[in-house]
Amino acid sequence: MTTPTATTPSRWKRFRNSYLVYSFKRDWIAQFCLAIFLCLLLGAIFAPWLAPMNPYDLTQISILDSELPPLWIDGADPLFPLGTDAQGRDLLSTILYGARVSLIIGFGAVMLQALIGVTVGLMAGYLGGRIDAFLMRLADIQLSFSTLMVAIIVGALIKAVFGGAVYSDYAVWLLVLIIGLAEWPQYARTVRASVLAERSKEYVDAARVMGYRDRRIMFRHILPNTLSPIFVISTVQIANAIISEAALSFLGLGMPETQPSLGSLIKSGFDYLQSGSWWITLIPGAVLVVLVLVVNLLGDWLRDVMNPRLYKG
Amino acid sequence: MIAFLIKRLMHAFVVMFVISVISFAIQSNLGDPIQQMVGQSVPESQRAELREELGLNDSFLVQYGRFATNALQGDFGYSYFFNEPTTEVIQRHLPATLELVIAATLIIVVFSVPIGVYCAIRPRSALSRFFMSVSIIGISIPVFLTAIMLIQLFAIGVDFSPFPVDTGWGQWLNGVLSTEGGMPSYGRGNDLTHLFGTWDSNFFSLDGLTYLVLPAVSLASIMLPLFIRLIRAEMLEVLQSEYVKFATAKGISLKRIYFVHALKNTMLPVITVGGVQLGTMVAYTILTETVFQWPGMGLMFLEAIQRSDIPLIVTYLMIVGLIFVVTNTLVDLVYGLINPTVKLTGKPA
Repeated sequence: MTTPTATTPSRWKRFRNSYLVYSFKRDWIAQFCLAIFLCLLLGAIFAPWLAPMNPYDLTQISILDSELPPLWIDGADPLFPLGTDAQGRDLLSTILYGARVSLIIGFGAVMLQALIGVTVGLMAGYLGGRIDAFLMRLADIQLSFSTLMVAIIVGALIKAVFGGAVYSDYAVWLLVLIIGLAEWPQYARTVRASVLAERSKEYVDAARVMGYRDRRIMFRHILPNTLSPIFVISTVQIANAIISEAALSFLGLGMPETQPSLGSLIKSGFDYLQSGSWWITLIPGAVLVVLVLVVNLLGDWLRDVMNPRLYKG
Repeated sequence: MIAFLIKRLMHAFVVMFVISVISFAIQSNLGDPIQQMVGQSVPESQRAELREELGLNDSFLVQYGRFATNALQGDFGYSYFFNEPTTEVIQRHLPATLELVIAATLIIVVFSVPIGVYCAIRPRSALSRFFMSVSIIGISIPVFLTAIMLIQLFAIGVDFSPFPVDTGWGQWLNGVLSTEGGMPSYGRGNDLTHLFGTWDSNFFSLDGLTYLVLPAVSLASIMLPLFIRLIRAEMLEVLQSEYVKFATAKGISLKRIYFVHALKNTMLPVITVGGVQLGTMVAYTILTETVFQWPGMGLMFLEAIQRSDIPLIVTYLMIVGLIFVVTNTLVDLVYGLINPTVKLTGKPA
């Protein structure tokens, strides 16, 4: 659009002067949320270096240390600041590793959802006609069932077909697949709605007159103009995916206890709640809530700022 | 209207057909019924005979035809674990789940409407802001975690005493921060009122209600924030409309405008979303029932998965599919009836 001259500001400068950054600087809730999210993200990424011990390494665990309370309660061991779980694993370390697994699955599942959903939405919106009717009917049917329900059923069936051992081995990939497949219609509908608005614009006509192929017009011309709603629902979808993963793990259809995510930590701690060891389940629970909450709040803020015409319904 | 009705029914029929094909594919590909029926010692020739007799060698279509015919007559086969017809197992577990859903719905309706309306009428008041922040926190807490926290607070109890115990105010503050616990958090209790058939109810005794409270609140917690936000958003939109301004200009009392004129049009979209969410709540019963060991369909389904009880899993899928399809179809039809502006033939707007 703009011709590159000497006065055109660099990409970084344009970003810094954008409305997005301007409103971010004025919104302390968004700053606070981003800060917490980055802390959790960095903690998760660098878990192998930050965590005091490796919860996957059985040689570092002693059953004698099991169910120690966190520091601020009598009977705690200063070696384990957040206490230990029933197997004697340091809770701080398992939470860092667990957040890592939860975030990997959350981002992975959203990437898969976006891949399927954006492709389907572009095709339905741009090509129209029978393809549109068929794809959107498919999305409607799947959306009329709760996404969580679809995920639970698919997870249960995969587990029944392949058996528990195989399921645990490939749990991360299977969860990405299950949650990705369960929630693609959200993307498809959002993208289709924006494509319908873009399709009749002149630049699309121009591209068509120039003889570009449909695929090029869809991905190179229309897609960049539908990015802001995609961006906004992505944040909400990451929060949803993390919750879905935790729910599946809690039901025993997710990560095994040997390679825990936040959800399976909550599940394994729940058995010890009645005996008074509340920290095993409630501390990972609190981390999960904070993670999902900051992502949701950032999503709210993004929606207000970018104000895309989100597809209602 | 009749064209719309037929179209919606056809749609529902196609969805049920797809669900039944998927269910049948699961049933015919998972597990070996012969293995389940006879022991290890039965020779291969006899097995083959039995296989032929039961029609397991027929083509997929013939077998599906038989499955569908039986299913339409309410015959879904026998549960491996309970050794009785799966429909009877489901019938035994269905009332518990329905009661949970009914109780949660009551909680949602009673709280979401007044709070949502209040937040729309006074969007800038401190209380509204408080409700809106609580609701976004509520959305971010997974339902099983709400359930666990409720158990910790009201079943186990929290002894939190950061203030000095030897002073009067310290004791009082500690008392405020601590909870006693003692609420039941496991199962449905024994004091159930028999209604009819397999339906025993928790609603008609105080003891039964205490068992119902925590599971119902945690199930409601997932939908309540959504409804509050939805009602608020719709009401805010309605309050901007011309007819509300006109009613104000006419001098009708604010109370009447809010609760008679505006609320009516607010509830239209809320009812449709609500109907669909009722179906969705079935999914969340699986989580709630697992935490509270509530003997309903969700817990039964999860146990059936652990026991690889394929016929029971398949029956559950069909029944839940039916619930979803029926609620969605009903919601569409009701919406078409009460809102004449909806394009009934489903043409794109």
